Amino acid sequence: MRKLLAIAMCLAVLVGCQNSKKSDKSTGAKKKSVSLTAAGATFPMPFYNMVFKQYTKETGLLLTYGGIGSGGGIRSLKDKVVDFGASDAFLSDEKAADLPAEIVHIPTCLGAVVIAYNLPGVDELKLSNDLLEKIFMGEITKWNDSRLKANNPGANLPDMAITFVHRSDGSGTTFIFSDYMSKISSKWETEVGRGKSLKWPVGMGAKGNPGVAGTIKQTAGAIGYIGSEYAFAQSIAVAKVQNAAGKYIEPSIASISAAAKGEIPADTRVMLTNSSDADAYPISGFTWIILYKEQAYDGRSKAQAEETLKFLDWLIAGEAQLVAEKVNYAPLPEKAVNQAKTILRSVTYNGSPVLK
Amino acid sequence: MKSDKVTKQILFAASLIILLTAAGMVFSLIMGAIPVFKEFGLGFVFSNEWDPTEGRENYGALPFIAGTLITSILAIVICLPMAFSTSLFIGEYFRKSAVASVISSMVDLLAGVPSIVYGLWGFYTLRPIIMELGLSPQGYGVFTSGIILAIMIIPYATSLSNEIISMVPNELKEAAYSLGATRMEVVFTVILPNARSGIVASYILAFGRALGETMAVTMLIGNSNVVPDSLFGTGNTMASVIANQFGEADGLKLSALIGIGLLLFIITALVNWIGKIIIKKFS
Repeated sequence: MRKLLAIAMCLAVLVGCQNSKKSDKSTGAKKKSVSLTAAGATFPMPFYNMVFKQYTKETGLLLTYGGIGSGGGIRSLKDKVVDFGASDAFLSDEKAADLPAEIVHIPTCLGAVVIAYNLPGVDELKLSNDLLEKIFMGEITKWNDSRLKANNPGANLPDMAITFVHRSDGSGTTFIFSDYMSKISSKWETEVGRGKSLKWPVGMGAKGNPGVAGTIKQTAGAIGYIGSEYAFAQSIAVAKVQNAAGKYIEPSIASISAAAKGEIPADTRVMLTNSSDADAYPISGFTWIILYKEQAYDGRSKAQAEETLKFLDWLIAGEAQLVAEKVNYAPLPEKAVNQAKTILRSVTYNGSPVLK
Repeated sequence: MKSDKVTKQILFAASLIILLTAAGMVFSLIMGAIPVFKEFGLGFVFSNEWDPTEGRENYGALPFIAGTLITSILAIVICLPMAFSTSLFIGEYFRKSAVASVISSMVDLLAGVPSIVYGLWGFYTLRPIIMELGLSPQGYGVFTSGIILAIMIIPYATSLSNEIISMVPNELKEAAYSLGATRMEVVFTVILPNARSGIVASYILAFGRALGETMAVTMLIGNSNVVPDSLFGTGNTMASVIANQFGEADGLKLSALIGIGLLLFIITALVNWIGKIIIKKFS
């Protein structure tokens, strides 16, 4: 596995080099001597592909992104074969200590996990935290269960078995979902826990967001969790979930974005699930870009460091964040943008800040 | 003389490469599986716990061994009467007729259909039927996968056994007819005793294929990592869990998946070995 990744990275770097050579020849006026390479999470890949392309168009700087998974992105950063890595999960202090130098986390956008279901004739479904626990732990097995009915008085819930569909492959989506479940249910935390793949109490597995969404669409009585960026692009019925303030919230770009409005630690390393904001959709999370705090390593030129930081500064605000919305990710709220900007300005080259 | 020597060397090299490849595969499987066997010992084979959650990792292959064996046995049980009667139809009753040649080529065509196509058909056609019959609320499970596997292996069992049935010497059959035997009697007293080792071999080949089939099963078995609780319950097979989970796996989990690969290899080898013994005994 490691070897494969290394080969993939080498290829990515090679391609990057080639591109930069080509651009040297073709773009006379906007001549750039550097190009940036990044790799990591697959979840924000549609967003990154879009903004990377746009940035290249605007500035002539060439950027390459390899969607090799969060773990691969961090390994690549460790091996110093990329300018920055991307991850859906922040690095714990232990894992950060594994890297050769100090790193910083920059949030780039937000995503969420939605609870999708298939019940003919039921347009609105409210699920309290208690119901989520009971359904996903397998204690409620029928849609017309009295506890479900009590919470959804208007809905005509059928006498149908509940089929829980989860991911059969390891995924950051599963991690966010299980992190939320662990926060709202101590039973879930002790019996199932958090992780990219789990020991599921009930249900069946399908591969990837498309697999889960397809199975739900095809199966009356199914319920499952899907990445919001995929669910919004498809028209699939999603349940309203109760947030920490007790309100039932429908997942939307605005309500996901609101999850980051509350208190965020200065280094932005936080799971946003179960946010305290009253308008926030509770199963939301950041996705991060990770880079070294001191950019003068491995003989990197100052220009390389400057271009990296300039790009990231552009990525977290303004126009780039509007692009996020277009591809169904939630943009960073104002406060998070300011925090990210502060972090970016703490990045140095030979001890002096790169961005002013 | 010289060309003879060259040929001999080429043949020797070719077979050596095959031997080395097989040995290399077994070697790398064993090396990869060592950590998981060190951690859990033989319990890895017999435990039905599969918990990949960090901090309390626990891996047992029993759910997948059970899923693989149950779906494959189900498949061979469904396949047996169908394949046997089809091969008798083609190889004996309607031998060399136009109908037989059409059916025979249809069977060969089935063998050529990629497994993902069977999976799609199972997902969109067979699964709704299972749901309609009320056998299972969501249509996934061991039974659905067993049916798909049966359809996939019928061509293997059929085309080989019909070859063998049609190879039974005509003189023997004619002798039986001249003694006044009916067609049925000829089938059971002359054809079957003559062809049985070949027929058994064809079913073992088909069974071996069912054991390793991945794609179509993944789409239909429901991928829940537990020992199936009933014929219509969901489960998972060895090949399917490897295909699903190796992408994000590392450390002990990766070793557990390789361990499952090794077990699958051993089971397939065992089936072939038993098959060889049966063939020897019958012929």
